[in-house]
Formats: sequence, C-alpha cells, structure tokens
Amino acid sequence: MTDVTKANPTKYKQLGFYLDQTGCTGCKACQIACKDKNDLPVGINWRRVAEYSGGGWSQDESEGTFKPNIFTYYTSVACNHCQDPICIRVCPTQAMHKGDDGIVSVDASVCIGCRYCEWACPYGAPQFSAEKGVMTKCNFCQDFLAEGRDPACVAACPSRVLHFGEIDDLRKKHGDTADIEPLPDPKITKPNLVITPHKDAQKSGHGHGVLANPNEV
Amino acid sequence: MMHQSAPPPARNNESSGVTRRRFMQWTAIAGAGTGLVSLTACGKAGTPGTIVAPAAGGTEAKVVWSACNVNCGSRCPLRLNVVGGVITRVDPDNTGDDNLGTQQIRACVRGRSIRQRIYNPDRLKKPMKRVGKRGEGKWAEISWDEAFTTIAGTLKRLIKDHGNESIYINYGTGVLGATVATSWPPASSAVARMMNCVGGSLNQYNDYSAANIETAVDFHYGGWQGSNSNDDTVNSKLVLMFGNNPHETRMSGGGETFVTQTAKKLSGHKVIVFDPRYTDTAMNLADEWVPLRPGTDAALVAGFAHVMITEKLVDQAFLDKYCSGFDEAHMPAGMPANLSYESYVLGRGADGIVKSPAWASQITGVPADDIRRLAREIALTKPCAITQGWGPQRHSNGENQSRAPMLLAAMTGNIGISGGGTGEREGYAGLPMAAFPVLDNPVRPVLPVYRWTEAILRGKGMGYQDGIRDAKDTNSNANIKAGVTLNSNIKFIWLYGSNSLINQHGDINKTIEILSDESKCEMIVCIDNHMTVSARYSDILLPDVTTAEQVDLAAQQSAGNLGYAIFTDKAIEPLYECMPVYEQMAGIADKLGVKKKFTEGRTQEEWVRWIVDESRKAVPDLPPFEEFRKMGVFKKKLDSVIGMKKFRDDPVANKLKTPSGKIEIFSSNLHTVSQTWKMEKGNTVTALPEYVQSREMPGDPLQKKYPLQCIGHHYKARTHSSYGNVVWLKEAHPQMVWINELDAQARGIASGDKVKVFNDRGALILPAHVTLRIAPGVASVPQGAWYAPDKAGGVDLGGSMNTLTSHFPTAYSKANGQHSNLVQIVKA
Repeated sequence: MTDVTKANPTKYKQLGFYLDQTGCTGCKACQIACKDKNDLPVGINWRRVAEYSGGGWSQDESEGTFKPNIFTYYTSVACNHCQDPICIRVCPTQAMHKGDDGIVSVDASVCIGCRYCEWACPYGAPQFSAEKGVMTKCNFCQDFLAEGRDPACVAACPSRVLHFGEIDDLRKKHGDTADIEPLPDPKITKPNLVITPHKDAQKSGHGHGVLANPNEV
Repeated sequence: MMHQSAPPPARNNESSGVTRRRFMQWTAIAGAGTGLVSLTACGKAGTPGTIVAPAAGGTEAKVVWSACNVNCGSRCPLRLNVVGGVITRVDPDNTGDDNLGTQQIRACVRGRSIRQRIYNPDRLKKPMKRVGKRGEGKWAEISWDEAFTTIAGTLKRLIKDHGNESIYINYGTGVLGATVATSWPPASSAVARMMNCVGGSLNQYNDYSAANIETAVDFHYGGWQGSNSNDDTVNSKLVLMFGNNPHETRMSGGGETFVTQTAKKLSGHKVIVFDPRYTDTAMNLADEWVPLRPGTDAALVAGFAHVMITEKLVDQAFLDKYCSGFDEAHMPAGMPANLSYESYVLGRGADGIVKSPAWASQITGVPADDIRRLAREIALTKPCAITQGWGPQRHSNGENQSRAPMLLAAMTGNIGISGGGTGEREGYAGLPMAAFPVLDNPVRPVLPVYRWTEAILRGKGMGYQDGIRDAKDTNSNANIKAGVTLNSNIKFIWLYGSNSLINQHGDINKTIEILSDESKCEMIVCIDNHMTVSARYSDILLPDVTTAEQVDLAAQQSAGNLGYAIFTDKAIEPLYECMPVYEQMAGIADKLGVKKKFTEGRTQEEWVRWIVDESRKAVPDLPPFEEFRKMGVFKKKLDSVIGMKKFRDDPVANKLKTPSGKIEIFSSNLHTVSQTWKMEKGNTVTALPEYVQSREMPGDPLQKKYPLQCIGHHYKARTHSSYGNVVWLKEAHPQMVWINELDAQARGIASGDKVKVFNDRGALILPAHVTLRIAPGVASVPQGAWYAPDKAGGVDLGGSMNTLTSHFPTAYSKANGQHSNLVQIVKA
C-alpha cells in the first residue's frame, strides 16, 4: 500500500512507474484521475491505457461449436521520464528538460509548440495543447510529491497495480522488464518503467497481436 | 471442419487534420497504419472536456466528503476539493489499506469523472413545462410555485377520478446510493413519502437488473438468499462465475473488483468464467474462459448434470437431505412419474431427449469434450464457489437461466459452506443503517417492474396472471392464485433519478408510441440533474441538485466483508435554481395541504441527524453526527457471509419458505402455474430449471432474417445511463457494437466502420468494434448510451441498446428479457 499521507516527502534521484500488468483491468481510472487533476480536455491524455489482443477462434460447423484461442491484456502508460529522453534531444528550445528527480518536464514559457518532441517520443507522452500553443505532459504530480502524496494515477488505481518510486528500488523489487507489446523497444529511450507482465504478454517487436484500441491511446 | 481465423484487421483510420500522436511507433501497429485522435482537435474555446463551472463566491479552500451514488453495486466515497465554492478536483478515499475487510475504497473511472456530471452542459437549470407535443423538445420556463401548483392540481384530479393506483413512481436508480434523497427503491424515496401523505401510489416489485431471478429464487429457495461474499473465496478451490463480471460492473477499488482480485491472490484458487464475451473479469481474473451462446446456460448445466449423473458424481447425500425434485425418489407426493430433473436429463421426461454433452454442445456452442471435462472438474473440486451475474437472467428464458447455477450448486453440494456458494449473486456483509421513513402506502396491487407500459394501455383489470401481486406479501409463492386486481390504468408517472421512461426500458420506439397518446398517461414529471432521454419525453422538468449540493448519507454497497457508511456533505451551493428532491416534495405537499405530515417539521439536515441517531441504535460504534461528518467514511470489518449456512446446518429448524421447506429443484408452485396460468403465445413455464428455447434464442426461425444474437453488456463508460453524457468517459470508453471478426469479415466490416444494427423493432448506427473477445454469432451493444434518433421515430445515432429490445415479458416473472434480441448488422 502506498501511503498517501507521508509526512516527509522524499528527495528522489530518478523516479519511475511500476505496473503489475497481471491485475490491470483496463478501467482507466488512472487516466481519468490524471485528467481531473490536470483539467485536461478531450484529446489530451497524459496517461492512457493500451489494449493488445490477438489469437483466433476455431469452429466446428457440423457440431455448431466454437473454441477460442485468444488473448488480450492492458498496459497503462504515461511519460516514462526516460533515462535517454528523445524528447529532450529533439527539442530546439531546451523547453523540455530533466530535473534532479529525473522528472522530464516542459517549460511552457520557453516551448514554441513546434511539436518535434511529440513526433519523436515513441510513447506519445508529450501532447500538444492548441489552446495554450505549447506542449503538455505528465509531470509526475510534482505538487503532490512535494506534499508527500502519491501521483493521482497511482492513488486512483482500483486494483493497486500502478505504483511509483525510485527506479532502482522498483527494479530491485520487480525486475527490469519494459519490453512488452505494444510498447516500443526500451532501448530507444531507456524508460524508467518496470512491468510485471500479464500471463499473455508478448515481447516488444515479437508480438502476434495488434493494438486493439488505437483510437483510445 | 475447423477454420482458424486470422488476427482482426486494424481499425480503419479516418483522415483528419487533428493532432497526430506517434502511435505508429508503438511496435504493435507498425505497418498497420496510425492511430488517430478520433474525437476532435483540442484547444479551441469550448473544448470538449473543459469543465466550465458557474462562478461562486469566496476564496475558501476545503475538502468535503461526498460519494458517487449511481447503481453499479459498489458505493465509493469521493473527497471533493472545493475552492471558492467551486469543485476543482476529486480525490479518492484516503483511509483504510489493501486488506480484505479494511480496504481503501478507491472510486472507479466513473466516480473519478464526477465533476463532469456536476458541471455538465446538460444540467437542468430551472423548472420547465412542455409546450409542444410530448417528446418534441419545446419547453417554457416556469416558476417553482407554478410547477408545484400544476402538479398538485393534476394529482388531486387524477386521484379523484382514477384512484391512487393511477399514480406510478417509475423505477429509477440514478440516486440509488443516497438516503434522504434516494431514488431506489422508488417506494423508499421522498416522492413516495409525499404520495403516502395523500393515499399512496402504485408500487412495483423487482427491478430491471434482476427481475427474473428475483421471482425464480422464491420458488427455488423460498426467497432471496444470496451467495457467499467474495472474500470467502479465499477458502475455495474453484470459483465459477456465470455471466458475473465485477471488473466492468462493480468496478470499485473497494468493492468486488478489489475483493475478487485480492481473494484470488491470497488463495490461488482457479476461476472459470462462463460468458459470451471475454470480459475484463475473464481476461484478468479467470484461468479459463468458457464462451457460450447467450441464454443457453441452463443447457450447459443440463449437459454437466448428464455427466455427473451418469458418472455418479453428484452429491447424492446433499440432494436427498436438502432438495426436492432432483430424482424420482424425492418428488412431492401425488406427482406423475418422470417429472424429476434426473428424468429430464436422462430423456425420460416429456420431450424424450437425452441432455447429453453432445446435445448441450449444439445449443451452447461449447464443445462436448469440454463439457465432460468441466463437469468432472466441477464435481470433484471442492469447495467450489458458484455465483452468477444478472446478465444471464435478463433473457426471454431468464427464470430458468437463473435457476441453473443454483441447481449446479445443489448437485455439487456446495451450498451453505465456507468456500462454496449458492449459485446466486455474491452476498456481502453490511451495516444495518437506518432508512428515510416513508410512511405507509395502502395501495394493494403491485406491478411487475417491466409492465408499466402495459399498465398505461390496460392496467385496469390486470390480475395475478399478469404478474400483479398483493403488497401484503409480494413473495412469488404467495401470488400464484387469484389475488388483487389493478383498478386503474397508469395516468401519472413520477420519474425521479430515472431514465427508465425511455432509455432503459425496452423497445424505445414502441414506448414512445404509447406515451405519444397524451390522453392515456396524462402527466409525466421528471426530477433529474440533466436533460436525459427520459426528461425529453416528460411534461414537467424539476431540476434536482446533485449529491454534492446537499447533505445526506450513503449506505454501503457490495464490498465483501467490509461494512461502511459515507457522510455525503454539501460541498457547494445548489447550482442554478436547482432544488433538493426533499424540498421539492415539501413544496408539493404544501399545495396538497400535507406539508406538516410530510416534513414533521424537519429540514433535510435534521432528517440526516435523525437517521444517524437511529442508525447508532443498530450500529453502536457509528460516530455521532458531527464526528461522522468530519470522518467522512466509517468502516468496520465484518464476518464473511456464507449463504444459506443456517439451512445447511439444520434444515429442519430452518426450513426454507418453499412448500416443501427444501430447495425445490422441482417447484410444486411453478408446476401449478404451468397448469393454471394463461400464457402469452410463445411463453412456457417449467417446474424444473430446464433449457427453454424461448423468444429469440439460438435456433429461432427468425435467425434466417436476423442471424446474430445481440446482447447489451454493462460498459465501463457508464453505470446504466448514468455518466452517459460525460465526454471524458466517452473518450476513454467509446460506444461501439462488438462483433466477432468472423461475423465482421463475412459482412465486409472493419473496426471503426459505421454499421447499422437492426431488427423489426428498430435500428441504430454506430461504429463497429471488430474483436476476438466475443463468441461468433454474438454481437453486443453496450447498454445505457443515450438515444439520439436522426428524426422522430428514425434511426438511433446514440447507440442506445433499447432501440432493439422487446417489451415482451418473460414467462412467469413478467419481466425483462432485454438481452434476447436477434439482429442483422450491415455496413451503414
């Protein structure tokens, strides 16, 4: 259980997210909690949930029977505050930057809204606000962290499968898997993300399913 | 002949100039096209999803306890952050932990979006009266005084001319969780209390959720028993869930989603889900998913029974001691031979058909080998928790559907023991909180919940064979012979927190036709927050406050062995000219000269104080009013529920309320009903939980025209129709018709294509979700989306499932079979 009323906020070296995918139901309480906290309009989702599905059915037409051999699983993903953040590399103004705690943020006063970061990020994390004319993204609920509270998405998870912490600690406890379809190869940006895979989870680039909800992510 | 199907085609991409995200880089769809943001470009003024709250006063910042009060079966506290009189954020419960019985009650995706329900552009702002034809959408604002005067005057006239039986409070669960402001049961609402001050009103029994099981269980078990609470599955070796899908319905992270996940983690039991859809419960909780054709669960259980009987795997000692009618040696006295369940299964009954796994496989679609394997596993793995959700019984053969899992629980002797289950819905431990007192309703006839449209047309003279029951005892067993008769058609309908006038009732087009004759039902008064579909077809609209705008209590819902109650305080002042239902009813009571009787001199807050005091008599450690108000949510770990434990422990001292006092696998009262009631054409009553190929089941000749079975599953975006106008949820969980890729390919349909779903009752157009997660031959339109016809009587573009459903009642419950719909689907 993550404590939402910590008295003394921790100083972090590099924050990361941990998803126990075995229990993710695809409910999107995390996505909505994020939208509620940050007043995000339709079209901007700092956290979203991908569904990956595949397999097939066999039918016996003479008997009128059918049998599934299918799979599906969900992946809740936000900005992974990467070790090698490609969004920062492509940013022409240095608006995109990485803080002492490893959080990747965009400085709206410097951002010119060129959207290079949006095109570069393989996770779709930076998202353009036409209203503000700048990029927006997950900031790890820095204000909540300062109060000793969990990020809104983590505190929201009905199944308690979304957690956060010092990435080294998370990897010590939960291993170092982040190459799960439909996520990209972690070699690209070195995400600070750890996943305990669903029983049907498949390795990035080697899956035989498809993203089942492309319009929702 | 076996066909192996290919992976589903990628969703079609519409090209538009909106923000493109780089999902082509997600490896899964590399080369398969890009995903686009399908909804709208963001940013302009009036951006969808931007919350616009009316200005309030001050700068005070506070956090106020509230709750999400809709009808999902969970109940979640919400902590509303208020700044300057405006709710700026929703925070979850911050008490409790991650253990069964003391858990934190984390609200689901719906509750977390509640600001968009409160500050919704659809909010009703002022009282209005209809000025065009019913449903035409022409309104004029009126004062509260005019509204009260008009309503009171009409009530007086109709009561004088037609009696109190002509006034009906329709089923409505939009505010189910509240206490003073509760909308369900309607007989417990402030509207009922007001009506009871002037002679009462026509009440209904049962509900749209579970009306078939609610009737059937009286005959089977003598009355509602419930199964074990889900926390008790830590003691199970095997868990069977028939159409039970907590991970999309009871989604709370303090309710059954949390409880089932946690119990499985602790015990490692195996879970088998029987469902036409690969639900989120099936993908998440289940070790095995058994897809079957909708409405055929009773055939599957008969196939299991055949294996268990022929291989001598039934718990004969349990059947002999606790049940009536399983075999010929245990039938009620005087019955002819071969009416037992065993005779039915072995082909000695009237139909002469052996209910072998092969027979069951053709009906259900489940291969016979799987039926044999599962039957043996179920019979030999004990204890086994058997529960059902309520989808399986919302079919045209719903009564028998509901009895089949109960029968399976009896055959395997799992009833009344820890780790077992009764085959009913899971039970839960609860605190006995006091209710808002509503006085007595002297009206005797009680209507089956689904028959109010019929009662508008021909209520006068409807009797027990139409399902009319006597308020003195509404148990099914007490109402099978001549009883009370309804003496009036319905002339006046109250809708409070109810979208069951149009959107949630069956056959929308037919309902609209019935309501369009304004001389029949003369007045419809709608009390609600939003311009719902039902509000659109009402005559007077009374704008209600939301839970956040009034002080009240919320009793708990299903959460395993966690007992709790929530103090739902007033977070903000009522928006616009909205008024709490209690004050509305006090205003009408005033016009009717019964205000004092209605209020007893109390304000709503004073009633809440009274209810806290009353509750403390039964729940002594519940804190007093002020302390509870500060605390927000009161929790207490309770004992696990073991359904029917007393009966199991001592069946003689604790006889069931069936004629035999036992579990009636053969119901002698249903046998009487089958012999004496005049049935609608096509309806059949059986004393046993047989499979009945009733209206629009597989094999119906109508399948030549409409080949697909179309169900309407509960969807994560809504609780029924509540939250159906929240754009964040429409974005997160868009409305689509689910169709198996094999059926889609045969029709040239790709994911995202606009398709027309239709039958003789209506048509709707919505995007297709081509998926592997539903059985071939089955489609599903998630129920509860808001009806939006392209023109009066036209095609529904809102995706409302009830455009396709039927008013036709089930055999003896006279209830809703809203999942029994044969349809065709074509590209639109």
